[in-house]
Amino acid sequence: MHQVYARGDFKTRLQSILPKLVLSPSLAVIFLFVYGFIIFTLYLSFTDSRILPSYGWVGFENYDKLFRLRHWSTAVSNLAIFASFYIVICTAIGLGLAIFLDQKIRGEGLLRPIYLYPMALSFIVTGTAWKWFLDPGIGLENTMHLWGWTSFSFDWIKNRDYAIYTVVIAAVWQTSGFVMAMFLAGLRGIDNEILKAAQMDGASNFNLYRRIIIPQLRPAFLSAFVILSHLAIKSYDLIIALTGGGPGRATEVPATFMYSYTFTRNQMGIGASSAVIMLMTIAAIMIPYLYAELREKK
Amino acid sequence: MSATSTDTAIRTGQITRVFLYLVLVLFALFYLLPFGIMVLNSLKPLSEIRGGNMMSIPEVWTIEPWLSAWSTAQIGVQPTGLKPYFWNSIKMVVPAVAISTVFGALNGYVLTKWRFRGDTILFGLMLFSCFIPFQIVLIPMARVLGLAGLAGTTSGLVLVHIVYGLGFTTLYFRNYYQAFPTELVRAAQMDGAGFFRIFWRIMLPSSGPIIVVSVIWQFTNIWNDFLFGASFADFDSLPMTVALNNLVSSSTGVKEYNVHFAGAILAALPTLLVYIVAGRYFVRGLMAGSVKG
Repeated sequence: MHQVYARGDFKTRLQSILPKLVLSPSLAVIFLFVYGFIIFTLYLSFTDSRILPSYGWVGFENYDKLFRLRHWSTAVSNLAIFASFYIVICTAIGLGLAIFLDQKIRGEGLLRPIYLYPMALSFIVTGTAWKWFLDPGIGLENTMHLWGWTSFSFDWIKNRDYAIYTVVIAAVWQTSGFVMAMFLAGLRGIDNEILKAAQMDGASNFNLYRRIIIPQLRPAFLSAFVILSHLAIKSYDLIIALTGGGPGRATEVPATFMYSYTFTRNQMGIGASSAVIMLMTIAAIMIPYLYAELREKK
Repeated sequence: MSATSTDTAIRTGQITRVFLYLVLVLFALFYLLPFGIMVLNSLKPLSEIRGGNMMSIPEVWTIEPWLSAWSTAQIGVQPTGLKPYFWNSIKMVVPAVAISTVFGALNGYVLTKWRFRGDTILFGLMLFSCFIPFQIVLIPMARVLGLAGLAGTTSGLVLVHIVYGLGFTTLYFRNYYQAFPTELVRAAQMDGAGFFRIFWRIMLPSSGPIIVVSVIWQFTNIWNDFLFGASFADFDSLPMTVALNNLVSSSTGVKEYNVHFAGAILAALPTLLVYIVAGRYFVRGLMAGSVKG
């Protein structure tokens, strides 16, 4: 009798810790492979690691060197240019297309997947397609010349001052459709009664959008901003495939900088410190956002 | 998209509508053009590409570039085509997607129906892991894979993709299960059903839409990954994206553009197919999972 009771007790106790038991492998991997690794990289950024990790403490020397490198400041300013154009243009196109598509458009079912499909492609594929499309020798410029517009010139991809904008074009091509879908979902959630009431009062379409609809899309704007900015900071494959960081260093960004310093230039300490700076930038955007999202839901 | 989508109350005049359609069609062209031209030119012989206009229809249609990209093109040092790398990618994607989805489902179930103190913080920590720049984990990951004897193997890549996919799969299932009535779970508990029984009998049968979302998301992300493949793989495990990049950016010999294009389309095909077949369910499931305000 006593034993049966104990077994039952064991079973209920098992049931009560089972959920935590099930969650624990995932938590363990996340803590080790994400947070443990972050701490390790942070530690390496304070050491004299070169080709391999080494544990001689050098304080802030790597950061000091990093911020004095021309190469790094080029990468940071390229990212700043890329990210701001990318975010603004994607948001503008996404919002514009969503509003247009929301006007009871015939063929919406056909247009939407056309806008969205680039999202399914790898950045390497996108880069390959655009690299060639923008190549003055065989791409767009050549086509325009063959069609008789001989003064047409579009050599941005080979031009140090403009190459970064070709990265913007390709990246916008890939993700603006996705942003459109986010805004479209937001638009479809807006209450029509308010709009009808405002129409009765004689509000113009422009004013309806400006005063009622767009303000209600605030959550969509916020998610778009968060997703686009983190994509921008993480951009690596697209640049590798499109320009390889060139011409010269014209399209070098922190992600490519980190890779080349760590794995090809054998300056692991500096590579680690650049990764830490990247993480802190993303954290500055993500943590407040996640905090607000998770609190709200309680 | 579905019956629930409410049409806007905004009314537009004739001229505005012509303008709307014009803009929408122009953008459709913008999205179709680079990829469409790539498809067109992958069916031309090389001489036609270099001498001619990229916008023109092939004078001689050929599938030679496709065959070459698949099985004979020079990638790195070996003339293997993309075929072996395609299988590498498949061998990597299938287990990684399956395992990360299973764990995501269980995690989401625990985090919504078996809540405990501090679970939101733990979830927040998992969620943040989705957004880290992976550069921050490259160095220690290379070390750990080396120590575990997984460097350069498909198993190593599977592990990496599971770890960094868990945050997303957990997010999807958590949001989805949050809307699932907890009373049903409690009632089943009263009847003596245990943790796994409830999951198996009650949660799973209604999880179809979110499983689709999770599988599509993970499949696309892992198939398209470049950074981890470039960092941790060698010949026996090199995924398609890295092989494609090697093919396209190899500096030796004549640039066979048509072969490059065929290769790029081959690399894009699986995710495009998934998107065409199930893209609708993806958008629908995503919205069902994150209905907000």
